[in-house]
Amino acid sequence: MGPSERRRVVLYGLAPLALLAAVVVLFLRYGPLGVFEAAFPPVERLTVERVVLRDGEVVVHVTNGGPEPVTVAQVLVDDAYWRHTITPDRTIPRLGRAVITIPYPWVEGEPVALKLLTSTGLVITHDVPVAVASPAPDARYLATFTLLGLYVGVIPVFVGLLWFPFLRRLGRRWTHFFLSLTGGLLVFLGVDTLEEALELRAGVPEALQGTALVAVGVLGTLLGLTLVVRRTARAAGGGAAGRLVLAYLIALGIGLHNLGEGLAIGAAYAVGEIALGTFLVLGFMLHNTTEGLGIVAPVARDRPGLAHFLWMGLLAGAPTILGAWLGGFVYSPVAATVFLAIGAGAIFQVVYELGRLMAQQAGDELMTATNVAGFVVGLAIMYLTGLFVA
Amino acid sequence: MGGRLSRRELFRLAALGATGAAAGGVSGAGLMAGARAARASAGGSGGGMLAAAGSTGLPQAPEAHGAHEGLGTVGEVELRHAGVDPMRYLTAFDWGRVSRLPSGQTLREYQLVATDREIEVAPGVRFAAWTYNAQVPGPTLRAREGDRVRVRFVNAGTHPHNIHFHGFHDAAMDGIEPIARGRTFVYEFDAAPFGLHLYHCHVQPLKRHIHKGLYGVFIVDPPQGRPPARELVMMMNAFDTDFDGENEIYAVNTVPFYYLRHPIRIRQHELVRIYLVNITEFDPINSLHLHANFFHVYPTGTSLTPSEYTDTVMLCQAQRAILEFRYRRPGRFMFHAHQSEFTELGWTGFFEVIPDGAV
Ligand SMILES: [Cu+2]
Repeated sequence: MGPSERRRVVLYGLAPLALLAAVVVLFLRYGPLGVFEAAFPPVERLTVERVVLRDGEVVVHVTNGGPEPVTVAQVLVDDAYWRHTITPDRTIPRLGRAVITIPYPWVEGEPVALKLLTSTGLVITHDVPVAVASPAPDARYLATFTLLGLYVGVIPVFVGLLWFPFLRRLGRRWTHFFLSLTGGLLVFLGVDTLEEALELRAGVPEALQGTALVAVGVLGTLLGLTLVVRRTARAAGGGAAGRLVLAYLIALGIGLHNLGEGLAIGAAYAVGEIALGTFLVLGFMLHNTTEGLGIVAPVARDRPGLAHFLWMGLLAGAPTILGAWLGGFVYSPVAATVFLAIGAGAIFQVVYELGRLMAQQAGDELMTATNVAGFVVGLAIMYLTGLFVA
Repeated sequence: MGGRLSRRELFRLAALGATGAAAGGVSGAGLMAGARAARASAGGSGGGMLAAAGSTGLPQAPEAHGAHEGLGTVGEVELRHAGVDPMRYLTAFDWGRVSRLPSGQTLREYQLVATDREIEVAPGVRFAAWTYNAQVPGPTLRAREGDRVRVRFVNAGTHPHNIHFHGFHDAAMDGIEPIARGRTFVYEFDAAPFGLHLYHCHVQPLKRHIHKGLYGVFIVDPPQGRPPARELVMMMNAFDTDFDGENEIYAVNTVPFYYLRHPIRIRQHELVRIYLVNITEFDPINSLHLHANFFHVYPTGTSLTPSEYTDTVMLCQAQRAILEFRYRRPGRFMFHAHQSEFTELGWTGFFEVIPDGAV
């Protein structure tokens, strides 16, 4: 391609853009929407993302997810006008955020009803059903959340890894049974995680398009990881090293899923839901132990070093602790939705890799009775242990 | 809850948790033991709420500051946007253009123009009002019993409107026929009976035409008049800013908390006469409670003998009462709706009683 030819290509590429810009300018200046301007009230959508209750103070974090700037003119708490400060500004631009601090003597255990009165007279309501002081990130809470993460995430995964010697002693057919079983476990977790992501998107400000955020998170992770795996697996080769990479991937996917689990636990504990405690923790332990089994299944016939088990266990389990911290102290619906979407994408990617490994090993005999049974048993185990936390 | 919580519920809780909420909170283990209920911090700084009227150098009631610290709107309504100057409205009476009919009867001519106007009903909150003479409430029309009243009504608004006067008049003057936009109509009748009345738009849907601002006070004085007094008009009104059938703002004379920030000055021992009208839409009743005092109540003002000596009066929508009282002691005294909700949504204020001899 000569220099003049190259210039022509650039020109042909840019010409439609220039035309589009001209049309946009024309539309904004002479467009037909003027007809509607007077007829419709402005669209104002503020999302209350987080309410922090401190001693005699209510701190409200809001995001403007609507198409236009919103001005919070007054604040009502429990149907009374209340003095307050708003930072950085009363007028919140599109996708802007603000923090409203209200010195309000709320009462523990009673509801708090918040109303934000905008400059156009619109009321944005938000209810705190039961007022409880929000945890401050001090050592005691940090230790509590860490312990929770350990019990719910880390310990069960390591316990599950202890199935390795058992798996080692099985023949190829049984190994495949357990690999299929892992597939079943993962599909269950993936669907579960996806559903949770889709549920949480309701709390995402409208302009951030919760559903699209989930789709981007799931597909982006799935495709991105696939590329990474292509490169790593090619470097690792097809044998034991490749299977070890797969085991690590399973650990990663499960880790991301457990991060979401930690988020939920942290946030729930942070608002005083302690009574759900022991039984739920036990349920999670049982449920998550099977995840350890899934991690070691691909390497059952190999001899990975002990360090690998340590790292894989941490990769799968430790995010629960991180999630509990995040959930307890800095929860945001947007972040949680994204985390869960990434988790779901990672899990589905791992299922895909697992299928490929088994297909390579078994030729095209993937749908054997053993494998189908393994897959169904995997789903069933997850379903049944899930009953303990459902 | 005891373990009966599903994982799905846990995630829902997480979303709630983000917002400081718990679904049916049971608190058990030691984790939350440190979470204490917040205590109301009474006292402390006086707050900028009662900035005005400190100039008299009077003994002020500090407890009144502390007790209401925190409560109220932020900022000030700009009076030129408010649709009414609450301080001027208290004492502004339109006696009309006065002349004599051949019969010797006094003729009072008024003009009311309906217009659309955006008003500021709380600091920074705009409200698409419908007004008489660009103000909410409309001007206080005043006549003497037996006077001929002639009201030229011009509808310069975007909807049909009219004026229905409380009192005696012919069927043709009842003010229920809508007057189309751009049209004029003249209401004419003899002012009777004496008392404290009301006028308002009577076009359907009624709720909207009234609560958007088309109402005002119509006072008919008894022929012999009433004893001299400091006369104050108080219209108990409210605004539903998001049109959901519930009021966001309650006030007397439109601006919430106005007389709290700007107390009404009266003199010690002086007779005070309040023309109290309830036009509150969406709530059947409203009330006034006076602190540290009692008042005589003249229901609808149609009798010169008070019916009651009390400190609280309750009025249904469109009900009126004349209240008379004197303060024996100087200082700052509160008055407000005795529905706490209305008080905290703006219907509250102070009298500042200036001692005898003070300028
Ligand atoms: Cu009307």
